[in-house]
Amino acid sequence: MEGKSINWKKYFFSFAITAVIFTTAIFLSNYFSQKKLAEVRGIQDKIAIDILSSETQFSLLEESSCKDIGVGTLSKELGTLEEKLSYTENQRGSDDPEVQTLKQYYSLLEIKDYLLMNKISEKCNKTPISIIYFYSKDCDDCVKVGYVLTNLRETYPDLRVYSFDYNMDISAVRTLISVNKVENKMPALIIKDTNYYGFKSIEDLEKILPELAIMKAEKEKLEKQASTTEAN
Amino acid sequence: MPDILNLIMYVFLFASLNFEVFLLITYFEIRDGIKDEEKMVARAPKRQPSVTIIVPCWNEEKTVSKTINSILNLDYPKDKLKIMVVDDGSIDSTWEVVQKFRNNKQVELYTKENGGKHSALNFGISKLTTDLVGCLDADSYVHKDTMNKIAVYFEDRKTMAVAPSIKLWNPTNPLQLLQKVEYGFGIFTRKVFQYLNAIYITPGPFSIFRKEVFENLGGYRNAHNTEDIELALRMQKNGYKIAHAHNAYVYTVPPRNIKTLLKQRVRWSYGFIKNAQDYKDMFFNRKHGNLGMIILPMAAFSIISILFVSTVSIFQMLQALVNYFIRVQAISWNVHFNFPTFDWFYINTDLIALLGIVTTIGTLTMIILSKKLSEGNKIIGMDLIYFFSLYMFIAPLWIAKASYNVLVGVKATWR
Repeated sequence: MEGKSINWKKYFFSFAITAVIFTTAIFLSNYFSQKKLAEVRGIQDKIAIDILSSETQFSLLEESSCKDIGVGTLSKELGTLEEKLSYTENQRGSDDPEVQTLKQYYSLLEIKDYLLMNKISEKCNKTPISIIYFYSKDCDDCVKVGYVLTNLRETYPDLRVYSFDYNMDISAVRTLISVNKVENKMPALIIKDTNYYGFKSIEDLEKILPELAIMKAEKEKLEKQASTTEAN
Repeated sequence: MPDILNLIMYVFLFASLNFEVFLLITYFEIRDGIKDEEKMVARAPKRQPSVTIIVPCWNEEKTVSKTINSILNLDYPKDKLKIMVVDDGSIDSTWEVVQKFRNNKQVELYTKENGGKHSALNFGISKLTTDLVGCLDADSYVHKDTMNKIAVYFEDRKTMAVAPSIKLWNPTNPLQLLQKVEYGFGIFTRKVFQYLNAIYITPGPFSIFRKEVFENLGGYRNAHNTEDIELALRMQKNGYKIAHAHNAYVYTVPPRNIKTLLKQRVRWSYGFIKNAQDYKDMFFNRKHGNLGMIILPMAAFSIISILFVSTVSIFQMLQALVNYFIRVQAISWNVHFNFPTFDWFYINTDLIALLGIVTTIGTLTMIILSKKLSEGNKIIGMDLIYFFSLYMFIAPLWIAKASYNVLVGVKATWR
C-alpha cells in the first residue's frame, strides 16, 4: 500500500506519457492533413495537364472531324476535385490560406475547362450543356442549390457544373462575372447564357435544360444495347 | 467547431487521457499484489470475527426473505453471524413477511417509524454487540463465500472497512447488460483505488466496517441520500483504511427500465456532487494523498467534461439534422444511394478524432481488464456493444439532471 504518501514519480510519468501521445497525435494529424492537401494539389495538376493536353490536341486537330475530339476529352476529375476541396474547406475552415489558394487554382481550372468545352461544342455544332454557379458565404439558399447541383451531377454525369465563390478575388472570376453581368444576388446560375437567381429545384433545372432528359435517354439506350450484346 | 471549443476539448481530452494512463500504470504496478490477494482469500480466514448484518427495509415484502436467506446461507459460524432486520415503517406487509424468521436465533427483528435508510442503519448500530457490522439492502443477495473472504482482509489490523464486489443479479435486457459492464468497470477502479488509498464509496450492499468506525466517527448521516459516499469520505478524511475484496461477491437487482435507472443514477450523481461540496477541503489537499490530488478532482472533472462533451455533441447532431432537413427540402427524396467507395481522404484525421480514438482504446483496455478481474475472462459480448452504443447517450442524462438539481436546489429522493 502506498499509504497517504503520493508517488510523484508516477504523476510525472503519466503526464509525460500523455504528453507524448498528444504530441504524436498532433504530428499525425498534421501529417495526414498535409497528405490530403498534397492529394488535392495532385488532382489539380492532373486536371491542368488534362486541359492543356486537350487544348493542344484541339489545336493540332483543328481541321479534323468531331469524332476525334468528342466531349469525352474533357477531364472527368473536376467533380472529385470539387468534393475533396469542399471537404477540405469544411475541415480547415474557409479562411485557411491553403484552402484559399487551392480554391483559386480550382476556379481557374474551371474557367479553362469551360472555355475548352465551349470550343469543342462550337466545332461539333452542339449546344454546350453546362451550369455556371455563383455562391457566397452565409447564403442559406446556396446550401440548397449546392445539394441540387450535386444531385444533378450524380444523375447526369455528362453535365458540367462550374461553381465559383462570387467574392473570390481573382481577375478571371471577376471578368467572368462582368462578362455575364451577374448581379450580387446569390445563388446565381448561368445556363445557356441566361442568368437565374434564387433557389431552383431539380425539376426547375430539368425544365430549363430539356437536353438533360435526352442525354439520359441516350445513355440508357446505350446501356441497354451494351447489356443485350453482352447477353448474346 | 469554433477555436475556443476545440481548445476546451483538448484540455478535457488531455486530462481524461492522463487519468487513464495513471490508472493503467497503477494497475500494472499492482498486478502482483492482486495475485497475492487472490492467493490469500483462497485459504480460510485465520480469525472469524463476529459480525452483524443490518437489513434495513422499507416496503420490500417481495425480496426481503430472499435477502435474509442469502445471509443465513453464508458459510460462516452461526454464533458469529447475527442478522438485524430493521423495518423502517413499511406500509406493506414487510413486517408480517419477516415474522417467519422470529424463532431463528441468528435473526433479530425490529420495527421503527419511517426515518430513512440512514436512521434504520443507526438504529441497528446502536444495538451493536459484534466486532464488525455491515448492511445488506433488501434488493441484494450475498454469495456464500463472501463473508469469509472479507474476514481475511480484516486480518490487517489497520483495515477499517472492506467493500465487496457488486455484481448484477441476472442481467438480461440491454439496459441491464450495459450496467453489467459498468459494474465490472467499478470493480476495476475500486481495486486500483484501494492501492491508491482512495476508495471514496463503501457501497451500501455488504460493505463491512469495524465497529470502531462508528464509535469514533459517529453514525450514518442522511448525506443527500448517499450515506455510502459520505461515510467513506469521512473515513478517508480521518485516515481510516478501506480495502476492496474483489473476489467477494454481492448481487443486486439492476433497474429494469430507463426511468428507474435514471432515478437511481440521479440520486448517486447528485449525492456525489453534494458530498464533494461538503468535503471540498479534501480536493487538491496533499494530506489526503492520491484521493485528494487526483481521484476526487478527476471524479468531479468528469462530471463537467461529460456535460460539456454531450452538449457539444447534441449541438453537432442537431446541426447535422438541420443540414439533412435542408437537403431533403432542396432535392426532396431524389437521394442517390451510392455504394460508399472507400477513400482514405475522407477519414477524419482531426486531432480531436485521433485523440478520441486513443481515449476510447484506453477505456476499452480498462473494460477488458475489468472483465478479467471480475469474471475471469476477457470475452467481448453484447454487453460491451450495448455499453459503447448506449451509455454515452444515457449517462449524460442523469449527470445533467443531477447537476441541474444541485444548481436549483431540488433534493434527490430515494424512490
